[in-house]
Amino acid sequence: MTAQSLASFGNVILRVPGVAIVLVILSIVFSIMSPTFATVPNFQNILTQSALLLLLALPMTLIIMTEGLDLSIGAVLTLASIILAATVVATGSPTLAFIAALSIGLSFGIANGVLITLFQLPPFIATLGTLGIAQGLCLVFTEGQSIVGIPREIGQFYSGFFAGIPIPIIMAGVAYAAFHVILYRTRVGTYVFALGGNREALKLAGVSDSRMLVVIYALGGLMAGIGALLLTARMSAAHPTAGIGYEFDAIAAVAVGGTSFERGNGWLLGTLLGVLVIGVLRNGLNLLGVPSAMQVVGIGLLVIVALLIDNLRSRT
Amino acid sequence: MSVTTDTPRTGLALPTEVSQALYRLVAALLICVVLSFLSDAFLTTSNLLNVLRQTALLFLMASGLTLVILTAGLDLSIGANIGFSACLAAAAIKNTGSPLVGFAVGVSVGAAVGFLNGLLVALLRIPSFIATYGMMWVAWGVTYWFMAGETIHGFPQSFRQLGSGYFLEIPIPIYIMFAFLLLGTIFAQRTVVGQQIYAIGANPMAARLSGIPIERRLILVYVVSGAMAGLASLIVLARINSAEGDIGEHLVLPAIAAVVIGGTSLFGGSGTVAGTLIGALILTLVVNGMNLLLINASWQPLVTGVIVLIAVWIDIRTRRLAD
Repeated sequence: MTAQSLASFGNVILRVPGVAIVLVILSIVFSIMSPTFATVPNFQNILTQSALLLLLALPMTLIIMTEGLDLSIGAVLTLASIILAATVVATGSPTLAFIAALSIGLSFGIANGVLITLFQLPPFIATLGTLGIAQGLCLVFTEGQSIVGIPREIGQFYSGFFAGIPIPIIMAGVAYAAFHVILYRTRVGTYVFALGGNREALKLAGVSDSRMLVVIYALGGLMAGIGALLLTARMSAAHPTAGIGYEFDAIAAVAVGGTSFERGNGWLLGTLLGVLVIGVLRNGLNLLGVPSAMQVVGIGLLVIVALLIDNLRSRT
Repeated sequence: MSVTTDTPRTGLALPTEVSQALYRLVAALLICVVLSFLSDAFLTTSNLLNVLRQTALLFLMASGLTLVILTAGLDLSIGANIGFSACLAAAAIKNTGSPLVGFAVGVSVGAAVGFLNGLLVALLRIPSFIATYGMMWVAWGVTYWFMAGETIHGFPQSFRQLGSGYFLEIPIPIYIMFAFLLLGTIFAQRTVVGQQIYAIGANPMAARLSGIPIERRLILVYVVSGAMAGLASLIVLARINSAEGDIGEHLVLPAIAAVVIGGTSLFGGSGTVAGTLIGALILTLVVNGMNLLLINASWQPLVTGVIVLIAVWIDIRTRRLAD
């Protein structure tokens, strides 16, 4: 190997995104430590379990790219799941229930957008407030009880297959494709890059950013509504705390995926890899018998490392 | 972003701040008048002392948070920090039998969590709401792992005095509240470090240019916020006589609400610790009123969420009018 080819090899390594390296390292470590990790059924498991997180992390990427944040997404997911379960139990119609879940998600998303644009609240406060409201509604609706008696058709959305592929993976794939188109092929996407990059220039160009921001937060709520279907299907029940904390995993996936909180540059494929990193980490720690509470600590550390790297990169 | 210093900062509380505090006191009194008409149980000594005792707990958390918010930061980890500090303090008391050791453990664990927050915010430059939000989940995770589903209960009588004791027929936490009101006000208004904290929030660039050690001051406010959460955790622990991981979970939004209702701006640089006490009182009165009117407790997080949104919106409106 000549010095030149060595240098170009080094360049290639440097250009491989950190999140991909983390994913490979985690996979190797877990393969060594647990015999069941590197098996086809387990990989399928990881993908199925990661599908819900991807549904939430996709809009979160767009939101964080606009220098925003949505802390309410886990609570809205939970509320939508409760509404979905309550509707299907009351009416027996999965379609009606799904529409109800979508509407509640969309309403919260629009409310977030309106609070941030029209009322000019900082995103983390606006969504912290709606988090409280959504969580409060969960309690008011359920009195702390689970809703059970979900018909089997709903459960099929988590455990069923279509053309030999688990339905959650298909949903995640469709969602990823849709967000790819939204971010890279539509005006909304162009605004997302512009909003995070240089909001002042956008204002000076006479473009109203409010409506676009509302659309972006509405997408977050809508995806929480869709995610509620997977969440309810997985447990065949709705529980008032089931989705609490999902926003943490979603934010972590976006951060690990290399989207910056301050400069508004983001990368959808990075988020997909970030979701897989979180999924592999949780799955591997599960196999090693680490309780889920401590998995959160692992994710937290991973995010700190990711932000540290981001910080160092932005200084060079 | 930070051209919002409508009043120059001096060592004295300014008339505008005094009048703002008065408006809020009047609001609190109005709530009292309304509640005394709505419920016979409101205007009784035991209920009023109860309101003040609850206010004390909220104020202790919110006073440390006030300093953080004065620097234009936020500490979302205080609720989880309360659970974490309380559980470690409880374990310390159980193992050593000494309330003093438990006290020291509670406050230092709280301060240590705050220190980590400070490092993340000041040195790694992670936005405070992200750093402390991550810390909230990390503290929660460690607490659940540590407790493994158990509760620790039954503490020595001497320790329990801290939360449920009386002196001259007034609950001890109320004395602690006024002590920290005095301490906090002197620290914020009358010390150089306190004034530097205002300066950092009002205009970080100017603060840096005038030689204020911003990183160290930021770490300090997060340590204080954590330590106050640790202290609050001890009072909760002494009051309910049992430690569980989630005892602080529902206190974050109310604490933020207390600070903002108290007139401290989320954009930093303006507000007072005394205002936060009035904010905590107003919020506690609302919750007390809901309890007296037999409104289901499930409604409280919802109402608090709405109150936070309204209070921040009012803050933003008044700021824009002032500019």
